[in-house]
Amino acid sequence: MASSEILKLEKVCKAYNVGLPTETEVLHDIDLELDHGEFLALMGPSGSGKSTLLNIVGLLDRPTSGRLLIKGQDTAVLGDAEITRLRGHTIGFVFQYHLLISAFTARENVMMPMLADRGFPSAEIEARANRLLEQVGLAKFAGNLANNMSGGQQQRVAVARALAMNPDLVLADEPTGNLDSKSADAVFELMRQVNRDSGTSFLLVTHNIELARRCDRIIEVVDGRIRA
Amino acid sequence: MNRWLPFEWTMAVRFLREGRLQTIFIIGGISIGVGVIVFMSAMLAGLQANFIKRVLTSQPQIQLLAPDQIARPLRKDAGEFEDAVVQRPSQRVISIDQWPKITSQMRAMPEVTAVSPTILGSVLVVRGDASRSVTLTGVEPDSYFKIVRVPDYIVAGAPRLTSEDIIIGTELAKDIGATVGDKLNVRAASGVTRVLTISGLVDLGNKSVNQRVAYAALRSAQSLLGMIGGVTTIDMTVTDIYAAEEIAQRIQAANAVEADSWIKTNAQFFTAVQAQQNTNTLIRLFVGLSVAFGIAAVLVVSVIQRSKDIGILRAMGTSRGQVLRVFLVQGGLLGFVGSLFGAAMGVFALVYWHSVARQADGTELFPLMLERSLFIYTALLATVTGILAAMAPAVRAAKLDPVVAIRG
Repeated sequence: MASSEILKLEKVCKAYNVGLPTETEVLHDIDLELDHGEFLALMGPSGSGKSTLLNIVGLLDRPTSGRLLIKGQDTAVLGDAEITRLRGHTIGFVFQYHLLISAFTARENVMMPMLADRGFPSAEIEARANRLLEQVGLAKFAGNLANNMSGGQQQRVAVARALAMNPDLVLADEPTGNLDSKSADAVFELMRQVNRDSGTSFLLVTHNIELARRCDRIIEVVDGRIRA
Repeated sequence: MNRWLPFEWTMAVRFLREGRLQTIFIIGGISIGVGVIVFMSAMLAGLQANFIKRVLTSQPQIQLLAPDQIARPLRKDAGEFEDAVVQRPSQRVISIDQWPKITSQMRAMPEVTAVSPTILGSVLVVRGDASRSVTLTGVEPDSYFKIVRVPDYIVAGAPRLTSEDIIIGTELAKDIGATVGDKLNVRAASGVTRVLTISGLVDLGNKSVNQRVAYAALRSAQSLLGMIGGVTTIDMTVTDIYAAEEIAQRIQAANAVEADSWIKTNAQFFTAVQAQQNTNTLIRLFVGLSVAFGIAAVLVVSVIQRSKDIGILRAMGTSRGQVLRVFLVQGGLLGFVGSLFGAAMGVFALVYWHSVARQADGTELFPLMLERSLFIYTALLATVTGILAAMAPAVRAAKLDPVVAIRG
């Protein structure tokens, strides 16, 4: 039977400088589940381990111990190439800074994950990028270079790019942290809309309690532990 | 976005285009390096070809001679000699034993391109009161002219050698006040004299040679030098001029002749050619190395500048291999584009230098040799150098931890 959760963490720990006198454990026995179509807010003070947790969930980092299951698949047994493939096909990222690649236009940035996956550009890829840009309300900015767009516009393009591979899960690391309240609201609403329309799960790291309250569930991380 | 460009190429081209100033400077550096290689290689190849042409078209590449006559020590008893001092006997001019057979054997060798039996001897050329001692070479024009390009050096008259003709050096003609069509008394040491008509004047590029050179038909020379049916040398050319010495040694080992190659007889010249080639190789190596370090330095900086982009790409599912190739393609592209501009710069410098640098007599210092192979080789070398130089930065980029890269 197919698992109902897109993401499952069992007793996940993360430590740096393992075996050295400077060993630091930043995550302790994290248990977390995220269902398909769920919109989860992850909150916590700076240095609490939110970003580390997001990196582990995003397969950019590996836990020191514990199990991470994505769509029921234990990621501990996967090699680097398989991890890269799983990340590309299952997870989309939206970052707070360094949103887009400056050498490319908005459309090309959205095309990028599909291009990396297929190897060559195609009319189909371009058409999908255009549809996604239309969905985020930036169709007329498709040909603009990333640097020629406002922060809010760039973040919307980043959301479109995160959706390019039609992922099951989007990880957003304080996507609105750098935006004014109006732009932040627009970007959040866009993600919520995508979540409602396509059933994509979202894990949103935010410091904004107002936005967090508009999510399905809030989880707080304090000192590397999930506060119940 | 170009539909024909793969992902890695698209990324590489865009990264290079975005770092425009950096790209322009490094391409400029590569172009200068490649330009120097093209200029040096083409000029040295031209000079070398010119030298070799002059040397090898005015003398045989291998010359077979009758072996030296040697005196054996007179033995007294076993292990004992009558006299410890053995005087070297005077060397008579003698014919090569069984030269027609040897000539046929030489012609059958696949590495030999032309064979010509000749006779060499000293004669006195007399015209009126003037007389000069010259070296007369009796030749079969059809085969000999393939070895020593006498027709190429004819400055007056024609390269004709019937039994009544003689071709002499320009300086000799001046010394005895003769020109084409004049008759000369040619007298051998034995007293035999023949009257020959000057059919042509040659300039072999060396004054003292031009004072002493004279060519006649083989039969005329044989009768003059008292060696009917005999030849003193067999001249040859071979397919690979640099294998001449090895071929000469093989011939000498298998036949009762002494074989001298042009490498042996022009040892000094050959050493100069080798030194020139070695210098050229060294220059290419060091220019190549400096180009490689330049490319590597620029790409290392690029990897640092692009680390956040690399992090984003990795987060989007780009593999380490793809990131590696993005930077290798950049290195290859820089090398290739630099080689195109460099080749153009090299050709421009070469054409200019060719028009300016002249020999004392106003003729060109070197022939303009712009061979396609040089450009293909240079472009290939620069591209491969670029890829190799990009290896270290590319590996560094591929190994970047996406978490660290994104965090910056």
